[in-house]
Amino acid sequence: MGELTLGQYYPAESILHRLDPRVKLVGTIVYIVGLFQVSGVFGYLFAAAVLFVLVFLSKVPFSHVLKSLKPVFVLLCITMLINMFLIPGRVLWSFWIFRITAEGIRQAVTMGLRLIFLVMGSSIMTLTTTPNALTDAMENLFGFLRIVKVPVHEISMMMSIALRFIPILTEEMDKIRKAQMARGADFESGGLIRRLKAMIPLLVPLFVSAFRRANDLAMAMEARCYHGGDGRTRMKPLRYAAADFVAYGLLAAFLAGCIVFRVTGL
Amino acid sequence: MSIIRAEHLGFNYVKYSDSNESEETVRAVENVDFEVEKGEFIAILGHNGSGKSTLAKHINALLIPSEGTMWVDGINTSEEEELWKVRQKAGMVFQNPDNQIIGTIVDEDVAFGPENLGVGTDDIWKRVDDALAGVGMLGFRDRSPNRLSGGQKQRVAIAGVVAMHPDCIVLDEPTAMLDPNGRKEVLEVVRELNRKEKVTVILITHYMEEVVFADRVFVMDSGRIILQGTPREVFSQVETLKKYRLSVPQVTELAYELRSSGCDIPADILTADELVEALCRLN
Repeated sequence: MGELTLGQYYPAESILHRLDPRVKLVGTIVYIVGLFQVSGVFGYLFAAAVLFVLVFLSKVPFSHVLKSLKPVFVLLCITMLINMFLIPGRVLWSFWIFRITAEGIRQAVTMGLRLIFLVMGSSIMTLTTTPNALTDAMENLFGFLRIVKVPVHEISMMMSIALRFIPILTEEMDKIRKAQMARGADFESGGLIRRLKAMIPLLVPLFVSAFRRANDLAMAMEARCYHGGDGRTRMKPLRYAAADFVAYGLLAAFLAGCIVFRVTGL
Repeated sequence: MSIIRAEHLGFNYVKYSDSNESEETVRAVENVDFEVEKGEFIAILGHNGSGKSTLAKHINALLIPSEGTMWVDGINTSEEEELWKVRQKAGMVFQNPDNQIIGTIVDEDVAFGPENLGVGTDDIWKRVDDALAGVGMLGFRDRSPNRLSGGQKQRVAIAGVVAMHPDCIVLDEPTAMLDPNGRKEVLEVVRELNRKEKVTVILITHYMEEVVFADRVFVMDSGRIILQGTPREVFSQVETLKKYRLSVPQVTELAYELRSSGCDIPADILTADELVEALCRLN
């Protein structure tokens, strides 16, 4: 185990990998906002073209990006079916209580495309950015929320500690499972309830150990002078390079383009 | 001036029974006095529950004495506003290497301490480079700590403390969870720090073999320091140590047995070479 792939970072050398994580985070938000502006055929073609260019630039294999759709596939189907059957309008085909309308089909296709683009667009971010860099970007971008007492630094510290300990706890879970199996525990047979019940002797020791680790870690952090985010400096501070400003410019252009499509209705 | 000084140090903690009703005060450290000079290598020995870890946590101000005083470089650790200064001066390395590494990449973890101290970015890089080079882990700086061996992780943890430029490092059983190779690696790094960088080292352990290199040894039992002196002085008192359920290094034990069965060899033998020499001189 050791190196569990968290999120879905795909290591490669590309322009997108090198971009500042803040740009990618903002970019993803801008792309999603843009998606909800366009409605016409040309608008969607534009959004698709941008997506393909991004995938190409990221040097991540296209099949890899497509895989990100797997977990939302069911949701996608349900959304499309509901839209198809429940939107009232000009009936094209009907059977018993089911009616398919022209408006319904149109709506189903737009919703489906939006969802697909949305998931693929954000997975380009997670594929090209390490979870750590994303945490940093979030702390930096949402830093202003500190004014309204949101513990931004603490949340990001919690996220990065979780990232560090997930592989350790997974490994530990594996060890406990093997130890219980060696003493005759059965995790494989029986129905759902039985299997869930069999998890209890796994989870209890895992939780105990997690609390013990948390306690140790807190002590180690204090021993190394950790006292919250105030007065803390960074070894690797986020710094914008020229390419990042260009990327911001392109993002603004993209958003402007989407608004043009919305206004003209293309 | 001594870098660490304890005067009539006592520490109590309250122990609750399982039902959370009855409580009982346990005395973990009892009237301890000692002084450590700059650059010394001190080893603290004792079996489980002898109070050695509790004592160590006082040096780093993780625990504040219930009685008496602890001074680190002239600062009283009970003064709350000096807390971070004390922790910078006296770094601490713990037993479990996994539970003290915070960063997901080796060099980011080493940088954690200096970042907390508010050191500038360029200086952090320099400190991290130096600290990693000092423990021989520079080649692993971009790795994930999860991929390292126990000994390597513990060396990273030591580098994390070294990067804070402490005067003194307290190691609380740093080798207890390591295999013999890892134990050797860590010990070599610690000795090197002591010799080259003149860092004061306080090593807590229950491996007798690790104590041989120390300048002075404190032996603890039920919260008190019951013996102190150079390793030679301490280990020559084999019977006293046995009374406190502590063993002596294997070679010393063998020499002791030989002596008590009539061989004319010195009482303070610590290494195999010394024993060989003493035995050769017999005839």
